[in-house]
Amino acid sequence: MSRGVARTGTSPERKYRAVSSSPTVSSTWAVRPEWGPCPAGGAPSEDELDTTITIPPVTDTSLIDGDVLQRVLSAALANGGDMAEVFAEDSATATAMLDDRRIEELSSGRSRGAGIRVVAGETTGFAHTSDLSEAGLLAAASAAASVARGRGGGGRTVAVALGPPAVHDRGARTLPGTVAKSTKLDLLVRADEAARAAGGSISQVQVGCGDSRRRVLVANSDGLLAENDQIRTRFNVMCVANGDTGMQTGYESLARTEGYEIFERYNVEDIARIAAGRALAKLSARAAPSGEVPIVLAGGSGGILFHEACGHGLEADHILKDASVYTGQMGKLVASPLVTLVDDGTVLGEWGNVAFDDEGHAPSRSVLIENGVLTDYMWDWLRARKEGRTSSGNGRRQSYQHLPMVRMTNTYLLAGRENADEIVAQTPSGVYVSKLGGGQVNTTTGDFVFGTTEAYLIEDGHLTEPLRDANLIGNGPEVLRRIDAVADDFDMTPGTCGKDGQSVPVGCGQATLRITGVTLGGTA
Amino acid sequence: MEVYVTRGSENEVRAYDGEVESLTSADSSGVGIRVLLDGTGGEGRRLGFAWAGSLDPAVVQDALGAARDNARYATPDPDVVLAEPDGVPSVEQDLWDDAVITVPMQDKIALALELERSTRSADPRVRQVSSADYSDSRVEVALASTTGIRSETRRTTAFVSVDAIAGEGADSQTGTGFSVGRSPATLHPDEAKADAVLRSTRLLGAQKARSARCTVVFDPRVVSTLLSVVGSALSGEAVVKGRSLFAGRIGESVASGDFTLTDDPTNSRAFSASSYDGEGLACRSNVLISDGMLRMFVYDTVSARRAQTRSTGSAVRGGFSGTPSAGCRALVLAPGTKSAEEILASVGEGLYVQSITGVHSGVNPVSGDFSVGAEGLMIRGGCLAEPVREVTVASTLQRMLQAVVAVGGDLRWLPGVAAGQTLAIADMQLSGD
Repeated sequence: MSRGVARTGTSPERKYRAVSSSPTVSSTWAVRPEWGPCPAGGAPSEDELDTTITIPPVTDTSLIDGDVLQRVLSAALANGGDMAEVFAEDSATATAMLDDRRIEELSSGRSRGAGIRVVAGETTGFAHTSDLSEAGLLAAASAAASVARGRGGGGRTVAVALGPPAVHDRGARTLPGTVAKSTKLDLLVRADEAARAAGGSISQVQVGCGDSRRRVLVANSDGLLAENDQIRTRFNVMCVANGDTGMQTGYESLARTEGYEIFERYNVEDIARIAAGRALAKLSARAAPSGEVPIVLAGGSGGILFHEACGHGLEADHILKDASVYTGQMGKLVASPLVTLVDDGTVLGEWGNVAFDDEGHAPSRSVLIENGVLTDYMWDWLRARKEGRTSSGNGRRQSYQHLPMVRMTNTYLLAGRENADEIVAQTPSGVYVSKLGGGQVNTTTGDFVFGTTEAYLIEDGHLTEPLRDANLIGNGPEVLRRIDAVADDFDMTPGTCGKDGQSVPVGCGQATLRITGVTLGGTA
Repeated sequence: MEVYVTRGSENEVRAYDGEVESLTSADSSGVGIRVLLDGTGGEGRRLGFAWAGSLDPAVVQDALGAARDNARYATPDPDVVLAEPDGVPSVEQDLWDDAVITVPMQDKIALALELERSTRSADPRVRQVSSADYSDSRVEVALASTTGIRSETRRTTAFVSVDAIAGEGADSQTGTGFSVGRSPATLHPDEAKADAVLRSTRLLGAQKARSARCTVVFDPRVVSTLLSVVGSALSGEAVVKGRSLFAGRIGESVASGDFTLTDDPTNSRAFSASSYDGEGLACRSNVLISDGMLRMFVYDTVSARRAQTRSTGSAVRGGFSGTPSAGCRALVLAPGTKSAEEILASVGEGLYVQSITGVHSGVNPVSGDFSVGAEGLMIRGGCLAEPVREVTVASTLQRMLQAVVAVGGDLRWLPGVAAGQTLAIADMQLSGD
């Protein structure tokens, strides 16, 4: 599997990815995990560490002093401009990977820096630096300010009255930095053993875990000052099963905006067995059907349907450029009356949760579609300003090296009242999808794909044969109108959403539902 | 111990509606450190890794300590080693053009604005240009190890792209065009514009097609994507870990007779050409599939040892924050003699695919299952006919390689890890109505 596909590092070599920037792409964990996998025994315990710490760890102190912020913001507006912003970040990541029965790689990473944005009219200037000293910040401010030159705004001295920082309780109890490496590796070994014990046909197992602590400070010339401390933890298992019909893969992940306390609630053996079970089931799978079929999506199977079918199309940047099939549809029926869709960055612990967005604004619970009627779009500061409204807290960015844009947080369909088993029983023939992989959408046409990674035939209201992987293709508004049943078994799943070359963590949620017809791209 | 250091800078201009929407300029640098420790009792070695997005001495010192500590937790393994000089000479390449630095920013801005303006006015059916971008970068990479590796590479890139939206009535269709080079002067914005306009306008009126089994002709840009997926299954690391559909098939016929696939980063026309690989060994030209027969896999040092062979100079890494792994860097399929038009004529009836979606969700390089969303035009009587959207094309990678019926002579050097040309594959399943 190509390592290059999922990579979204901050390397200067990243530019070539711009080629695929036209459609928005999301993948609920691309097959190849972005954080390394790894395991085996004999690791020393954490208290033997003697690492020389020469720079402070990611700590609770402010990233930049308030008086420095004021001088930098003033410098950023030296040529004029409507708004200047400093986004500073200090993040530490740790990953561990078990592959081929060995703990292959432990990796530690550190990234610190600031991005400075100057907005002058319709133009944004942006510069970033890894130098958080006042001199480094002033140099970046000067570079960002160059866009305002010649616009006649003139320099203005900004007395930025920064309020007290809005600091959010991170909600994590067990910070990743306090967990012994040997404890993390034990999780990997346990998952490897459980996956291999799931069936003799499991021929390869890759287990990865990763955590990050990301300290963020946002300050702008409107006086906003927000500090944020984001903890994320994730765990993933990829299995290969080998049989008479060749090899098949199975994947499962856990990812939360929490610390290592998640492993008190979630069992890594369960995650491993689910991944192994998917690979094993597909060894006896037949080719998926070709053509339009009724589809039942299991609760928590990915939720990526809504992320692609309408989520991206409801982002205000696409709307304002008339590059979305949902432009001009406000107040109109765009989906089945069973559809009430919400984007909600406030769901504590979910993968797309944010205490503040990356422009310092509080997240909100936005009802985007209510009983099938389009009620709202998602907004960042820049696009909200154009429309004379406030941000909905959907301004996000991958890192300090990126400009913010409109992004989803946790996007989910509200549960219905039906029973999941009965929905299947009332489907004479079709396909039941118990797990979805990634997807991709062209927001302008509304055409989107999403892939199955575990699916079964429905015959006479019963699940029968397993099916090999395939993509489904549909048009957003059309598919949403064809939803004719929604159950009460809501669940959420984590994913990584890519847009214009930037990746951010998102959540997707849905209950079991049925679509009366979608084109399934199988070969049978 | 091995240290990998990068330093670079980049500029990006985005034009929209006659104005500069955003202007980005930035420098960045970073370091990746691998530390190898002897295992206790001589049973093998252990590797640890750490990276930092800074060359500040204190930060680098900290990363070194983290890498050393991480190594203590790895499983001892006799195959884990750092690369050593292997005597293969590197091919010097000129991948650097100072013009990326010397051309004033105002000229780069003008390039983006003009691309946006000219695309908007190129065809009355173009109703929107959602973005027109110019970007460039320069990157220098140095690698040194205690095993005697010393390598330095540097490259510049320049890039323009434009996204056009064509409209007629309620129908909207999109098309992207781009051009890559080593400097602003080597770009062809007119080709980017023409491509975006052609691709968006010719899809106007597209409908779903009827499901059928047919020959599919793929556009060069799509072929580049397909080859990169095939290349990922030719990674020696995927092979030794039992995750490649090609494992155990060396010497077998895996593709049709006119399919010859080479990974050749020594050709400076390739976008990702390089003199050295991600472990500092000389890049070399490796013929992977010759006349349909599987000849070899690509290896980095560790996967080569596991397979009891030698590195093929094919270590790739995702910048300073990634560790090396075996992978293809500059795939090129030996061109045939036919033009795209001649291939369409020879196919007669089928589907021409101009772009695909869902590669990451519908193509599995382990099982070979292949299912992607597609848009393009039907082929009727050997010519392009009515436009098609919202369909999928499916098969398996194994069957597709065997079913290649024509390889075009219209080779295009494209960004990414593979070049592309027109390619026709028989007996694929088209799913629509």
